[in-house]
Amino acid sequence: MGRGRGGLRAAYVGVALLPLTALVLFFLYPVAGMTARGVWPHGRPDLGAVLEVLGRPRVHRVLWFTVWSAAAATGVAVVLGVPVAFVLHRLRFPGQRLVRALVVVPFVLPTVVVGVAFRRLLAASGPLGGLGLDGSAGGILAALVFFNVGVVVRTVGAFWESLDPRREQAAAALGAGPLQVLRTITLPALLPGIVSAASVVFLFCATSFGVVLTMGGLRYANVETEIYLLTTQELDLTGAAALSLLQLAVVTGLLAVAARSRRPVAWDRTAQAARTAPRPRWAHLPVLLVTVVVLVFLLAPLLSLALASLRSGGGWGLDSYRALSGTGQRNALLVPATEALTISLEIAVLAAGLALLLGTMVAWLVSRPRRGRVAALLDSLFMLPLGVSAVTVGFGFLITLDHPPLDLRSSALLVPVAQAMVALPLVVRTTVPVLRSVDDRQRQAAASLGAGPWRVLLSVDLPAAWRALLAALGFAFAVSLGEFGATSFLARDDRPTLPVVIYRLLGHPGAQNFGMAMAASVVLAATTTTVMLLVERLRIGPSGALGSL
Amino acid sequence: MIAVLQPSDLVRERPLIGTLVALMTLLLLPGCAASSGKEDPKTLVVATHDSWAMSKSVLAQFTAQTGITVHVQAEGDAGELTNRLVLTKDAPLADGVFGIDNTFASRAVDEGVLAPYTSPATPSTARPFALTGAAGTQLTPIDFGDVCVNVDDTWFARHRLAPPRTLDDLTLPAYRGLFVTPGATTSSTGLAFLLATIVAKGSGWQDYWRRLMANGTQVTAGWTDAYEVDFTAGGGKGARPIVTSYSSSPPFTIPKGGSRPTTHALLGTCFRQVEYAGVLAGSRNPAAMRKFIDFMLGRSFQAALPDNMYVYPVDRSVHLPRVWARFAPVAPRPFTMSAAEITRHRTGWLREWRDLTSR
Repeated sequence: MGRGRGGLRAAYVGVALLPLTALVLFFLYPVAGMTARGVWPHGRPDLGAVLEVLGRPRVHRVLWFTVWSAAAATGVAVVLGVPVAFVLHRLRFPGQRLVRALVVVPFVLPTVVVGVAFRRLLAASGPLGGLGLDGSAGGILAALVFFNVGVVVRTVGAFWESLDPRREQAAAALGAGPLQVLRTITLPALLPGIVSAASVVFLFCATSFGVVLTMGGLRYANVETEIYLLTTQELDLTGAAALSLLQLAVVTGLLAVAARSRRPVAWDRTAQAARTAPRPRWAHLPVLLVTVVVLVFLLAPLLSLALASLRSGGGWGLDSYRALSGTGQRNALLVPATEALTISLEIAVLAAGLALLLGTMVAWLVSRPRRGRVAALLDSLFMLPLGVSAVTVGFGFLITLDHPPLDLRSSALLVPVAQAMVALPLVVRTTVPVLRSVDDRQRQAAASLGAGPWRVLLSVDLPAAWRALLAALGFAFAVSLGEFGATSFLARDDRPTLPVVIYRLLGHPGAQNFGMAMAASVVLAATTTTVMLLVERLRIGPSGALGSL
Repeated sequence: MIAVLQPSDLVRERPLIGTLVALMTLLLLPGCAASSGKEDPKTLVVATHDSWAMSKSVLAQFTAQTGITVHVQAEGDAGELTNRLVLTKDAPLADGVFGIDNTFASRAVDEGVLAPYTSPATPSTARPFALTGAAGTQLTPIDFGDVCVNVDDTWFARHRLAPPRTLDDLTLPAYRGLFVTPGATTSSTGLAFLLATIVAKGSGWQDYWRRLMANGTQVTAGWTDAYEVDFTAGGGKGARPIVTSYSSSPPFTIPKGGSRPTTHALLGTCFRQVEYAGVLAGSRNPAAMRKFIDFMLGRSFQAALPDNMYVYPVDRSVHLPRVWARFAPVAPRPFTMSAAEITRHRTGWLREWRDLTSR
């Protein structure tokens, strides 16, 4: 037994090595480098200046807006996302896979594009102009929910799928009403998944930047936009460092709270075989209605994009799509948009693979029983990249990874690595709840029957987690396809991704460039949908039923 | 966490750790390989802003003349470009820079980002654009543009309203809720417009902006939003017929099959932006960048500027495209301000502006 323990511990440390090295190199080191520039402006620490920044009334307003807007958007995304997760992952109906894929599309669209699409609907001249949301906090919230509801559906859905429905059936058979089952059985079991999703969404919202600037018409500022302005426009590195530290402190606090409420609930999942999801019934009407409303909400801006992409001259046509094989009106692009799509796909394969590799390792470490504190610490540590300013990380890359042996600024691998760091927390969040819910007694039983650690992994953990792993892979792929913040910072101009190309097209005048930007966005959305559909097919199998193992 | 390793464990664990180390090495190696490639004297890396565009054939001429291949690397807008160069001056991102403008020139010079170079190819018409002091010996003017208020003539004709002509007109009740401008803190176009109002109104600029905001002016994050979503003559067919854009914007509104633009620029509202090129201090290849600066002042590059980057060449003897000559005249007497003064006051002005325009 003692020998086995020692071996396990060594394996634990060994597995932790790679993701930790990546985290230190590609996140902590750059952030520390950038923050140090602000805190040690002339080689001496200047804490007074940092405290002065934190005392500014504007900083307090900015912090308050950040917290409440992110909390409100997260709340709405969860309330809307959980019923949709039920419909898309616990019921069975034709076209379900397509809908599942569509729900994730908003998440991968570049904020600039969504900003334009949303504002076309909400501006006074748009079809929803009457709501008066343009330039208001309501508009910001709507866009944040639009981006993130798919994250909730995906994360909670993957978790929900792996719950054994027989407990609910047993409760119902014993006379519990549907609401009682929901309250006493389903929600408590689902809670780790919901907390997982909510913490990711909160971090996404709290660090959103394009949405707040575009939708708020500069009237609102959160910590992220403030860091952006201080760094890129005012070169006030002390101010930016103070805000980065504040952000880090708040995020760490929140992660600690979230870690506490992520207490694992062990569910018996020995027999998942032979379960088929039910078809929708009248009793499901309320959740079906919510799903329809959410779908309309998600599809309206996408439709507005598609319509804009089909305009040509005074009429309609496919001119914008044909133009994608070129470099745009008056050389707006350095490489054709079609080539950028190929580059995007290549990068996404690398990034998703890397995120899955590192993410699975982290998830395995985090989900080990009897490693409570270490596991919680690791879990939160790998969530940090979501909660820290992309501007700080990006500038940090420029000033820290600039000399041998770490001169990575011009390396072609920098973009996939950075994207993998962004996708990694999502992989962890999708996989951990499932791995945690595996009853450790199964592993012990397998081990006592003579199975080695690998055998336990393959025969106990993998069967429980493979669906979640595939979901995570697809998710990581989609994140990489749509990633803009870090990519725009690090991508070389001769190897741009599709979102970078879309951004360039939008910034260059000319109706053709605008049309091409819209068409490229539609192509990006379609590519994402296709990838997600493929993942769904692999996950569930061609029969359509939740496959047996 | 220190693990107690047994001999048998070591044997088992080593392959794993070996694999991890190998993976890490794989990850890092290509980076080293790529960085050593930079020293090649036949390639030149030029940092620039997101609006860079140049036809391949013009750049091919430079390669044919000198044997040097140009790699451009966009680093954000003019402000972000400057700040990235400042932050990375110990290990420069590139050999040279194109696109630092007069609103950020002094910061780049003060921070010691640039090496001296005065191009012998500078045409005499470029002299009025030259900077003074040390900046004049480090940055070479390449092109200029005028940020001006644009109006949609079709909209005003349809509403039987005379379009505004001056900055003051924008605060009149007749034009209430009709003006949209990109913000000064997030857009270089917006910053240029703010500077125009500061030059025009002097110490009364804050009051002017209060009146502007009280008259229903909309502020957007960037130029794209203002022009393509809110402007009535932009791609989004918005609701506001007055927008901050460029004196070169009107030719883009010539309808298909038409011969005249449907918009015009108010030439009394313009702020002049000048873009410069320079050699970076610490460049690995300064000689190549000097040659490229000479080339940028040559006729073929100068003549290609309007069509590619919507700016006017500093060599005024170069012919403009026909529609430009007719519909995109430069402002006869634009508002100007010295680069040093802009750098001295920019942060303060932007903070005041931010407070004036946010609730």
